[in-house]
Amino acid sequence: MIHSSENHVKSEISFTVNGEQRVVRASSMERLLDVLRGQLGLTGAKEGCGEGECGSCSVLMNGSLVNSCLVPVLQAEDANIVTIEGLAQEAQLHALQEAFLECGGAQCGICTPGMILAAAHLLSKKPDPTLEEIREGLSGNLCRCTGYVQIFEAVARAVRRAEIASFS
Amino acid sequence: MNRERIVGSAVPRKEGREKVTGQARYLDDMVLPDMLYGATVRSQIPRGRIEKIEFKPGIAWDEFVIVSAKDIPGKNCIALIGDDQPCLASEFVNHPEEPVILLAHRDRYALRKAVDSVSIECKSLPAIFTIEESERCSEIVWGSDNVFKTYRIDKGDVDEVWSKAAYIVEGEYRTGAQEQLYIENNGMIASYDAGKGVTVWGSLQCPYYVHKALMALCSLPAEKVRVVQMETGGAFGGKEEYPSMIAAHAALLAIKSGRPVKMVYDRAEDMAATTKRHPSRTRHRTAVSADGKILSGEIEFTIDGGAYATLSSVVLSRGLIHAGGPYYWPSVRISGKAVATNAPPHGAFRGFGAPQSLFAMERHMDRIARVIGLSPIEIRRRNFLKPGQMTTTEQVVREPIDLEKLLGRALGLSDYHAKRERFARENRTGTTRRGIGIAAFLHGAGFTGSGERYLSSVVGVEGCANGGIRVLVSSTEFGQGTKTVLCQIAAEALGLRYEDVTIAQPDTMQVPNSGPTVASRTVMVVGKLVESAARGIQQTLRAVGLIGDSYSADEFRAACRSYIGEHRQLRSWARYEPPLGIFWDDQKYRGEAYAAYSWAVYIAEVSVDLTTYSVSVKDFVALQEVGKVFHPVLAIGQIAGGVAQGIGFALYEKVIWQKGRMQNNQMTNYIMPTSSDLPPIRVFFEELGNVHGAFGAKGIGELPMDGPAPAILNALEDALRVPFDSIPLLPEDIFEALTAQPSAIESEIASEAR
Repeated sequence: MIHSSENHVKSEISFTVNGEQRVVRASSMERLLDVLRGQLGLTGAKEGCGEGECGSCSVLMNGSLVNSCLVPVLQAEDANIVTIEGLAQEAQLHALQEAFLECGGAQCGICTPGMILAAAHLLSKKPDPTLEEIREGLSGNLCRCTGYVQIFEAVARAVRRAEIASFS
Repeated sequence: MNRERIVGSAVPRKEGREKVTGQARYLDDMVLPDMLYGATVRSQIPRGRIEKIEFKPGIAWDEFVIVSAKDIPGKNCIALIGDDQPCLASEFVNHPEEPVILLAHRDRYALRKAVDSVSIECKSLPAIFTIEESERCSEIVWGSDNVFKTYRIDKGDVDEVWSKAAYIVEGEYRTGAQEQLYIENNGMIASYDAGKGVTVWGSLQCPYYVHKALMALCSLPAEKVRVVQMETGGAFGGKEEYPSMIAAHAALLAIKSGRPVKMVYDRAEDMAATTKRHPSRTRHRTAVSADGKILSGEIEFTIDGGAYATLSSVVLSRGLIHAGGPYYWPSVRISGKAVATNAPPHGAFRGFGAPQSLFAMERHMDRIARVIGLSPIEIRRRNFLKPGQMTTTEQVVREPIDLEKLLGRALGLSDYHAKRERFARENRTGTTRRGIGIAAFLHGAGFTGSGERYLSSVVGVEGCANGGIRVLVSSTEFGQGTKTVLCQIAAEALGLRYEDVTIAQPDTMQVPNSGPTVASRTVMVVGKLVESAARGIQQTLRAVGLIGDSYSADEFRAACRSYIGEHRQLRSWARYEPPLGIFWDDQKYRGEAYAAYSWAVYIAEVSVDLTTYSVSVKDFVALQEVGKVFHPVLAIGQIAGGVAQGIGFALYEKVIWQKGRMQNNQMTNYIMPTSSDLPPIRVFFEELGNVHGAFGAKGIGELPMDGPAPAILNALEDALRVPFDSIPLLPEDIFEALTAQPSAIESEIASEAR
């Protein structure tokens, strides 16, 4: 994939981001990460490595977790994309965001948007994951601060809350 | 007032909401109008004389801003302790990532090709890459002898003891370079205005280090240099000194172009060019009595500082002082040396020399135990420092620390005895070997020796128009919880609610110099100053009769509002004063090295697959005494995160060097632990408190980096009956050792026992 440059031919590409229809002008091989951050001002997705290793640029695309540094924007045509900015409902934090706050799941915060989206993706596939499934489910997202312990706790706490909510 | 209700409780992280919603603003999230992007052209060879710089055809060079050393308005150096590191090389290059030319362009993607099109032609000079090559002095690459710094600690008479010793145990231990690998790469934005001077925004730990470096480089007075910290995505020491270099480069481009310039490294450049943990070699020679008491010893601690002195002398100092571990040495000679090689300068990384020398000490304790036939537990028990005894620097231990008790509790928590016995039995068969190992250690909080006195940190606290309180410090948040904990302290000191207190974003125009955010000093040293500045506010309000001896938070806020209404400003400052009775001799390296130590016993359980030789850590118990635990969630987070980095240091993170250059500068091939690699990290605290820190605080941040590597290698020796003395230890190293010398321990015991 090439990085964008002023000299490349651009075309219109449309997709849905956080529930809103958006149209961008971009060259087809421009990275989705750059379009989200640059043109749409959605800077919650971070570039950590630029090669799909660290997961800090993770977003949800049609319900799958993708590294947006590896996705050419053309591939996002007509896709439904959710970024960290789309997770909270107005002032109400998502259960995972609440749990990350309470459990110490965020320290420096740079991996946090990607990590929370990875956790949201995991819970969409496995609403009641075991610890082993949480470890495996988040293993594509690197965190250098926490040693992951409190991130696992946060995911488990969000699951427990959801269970209590559905029970009552 | 309700005492002790905020310190010790898990209040919400001050900037937590912004972080979990993606709203926190990091450097790369910031864009200024008309901003250019900057890039660095580096030397390609480890050592040489620059002969010609060529700008090759095929690039519209007139579109680029180009900066070389001759564009520097002031002194061509990155001012730190010494001034030996140039900002841009002009005549000689001394490592393969040395900056020579800077480029800026409005299109960040046009820069890569341009960087590749600048050719720096050098006459190559012979270069050196290891501690041994540097010591041999066949090439002198720094000063007159390749030595940045030496230190020596002498306690008692070492030479007379050897003849009386029942055992003399020798060992040599090595640790490799380690990349900090913060997930946010280094980055800066600079702007320049002839009237206002230079402003930089950046990902950084120490605003006033950058401030000092820019003043010297740009030849500007203090008020014409402004440094602002953005939200910082991890640092671990890796953003202590190198940000001054990037700020300098961005500033030079901004001055020359008259436009704001953003310089953000990509991962490959960050890993290759910025600092790493100093590689080390430690030699121990220890005299031990028949009953397992250390009588005396010689320790030689040597670190590879890379091409320039930078912080190596300070790293060396901390490593040296920690080299004797938490043990009583009746006499000891510890000599330390930082040497030059032609690699990029090594620098600060959590622990700062102590993880290196403590790795050696704790591996050596297991070697002593084995040689004289005691258990790893018993050898430690017989030599632990006790209150009233003196450390290697002849500092009397005044804290009521009971290391035997700490050890006993850790053994219980890890089920050590039962596991050790079971593993020994089960290891006789099968293709898995299991083992369990201990490390006991200490970590001094704050700057070493006279350091805090020289820093002379200042902290401010001010009343706000809404009646709340704001803390003014240059201490930075990069995940550890600086903002949260300092607000807890101010709230506690004033009897306010946590929500009544905010903290300023570090900006040298707004906050005083409370020193760098390093050395596990923030809570203990800066926190104490926040407490005392906060009390100054209270005194002011009392003196004018706006509050009495007791008051509610709302009464305090009303008083604060009313005072500001009348006097416009309510501010209080506190400056560091050395505690009474603290004595340190910089020449002899003797005295109170640190105002307080944290203490720990860590126990690691490992399993080795004999088919693949891969190691996994199965359980990890981290028990420590860190004074008062201010925030239970943040404290566990500090320890668990440090342990994870320590596990990486021991088993995963290997920098592959070729002629001074990192070859595996990608996350794909430099491997840090993922969520599926790590064991349950079980964190426990003892709380003894500390008279020198605010509300009993000591240091916590660096401590957990010290113990994991030796505990894991001790566990591996238990599992495999082969001693490993060098990290990182990868499966191929284990394979080699097991196939080359199956009975290594037996032969070693035969050679060492007298």
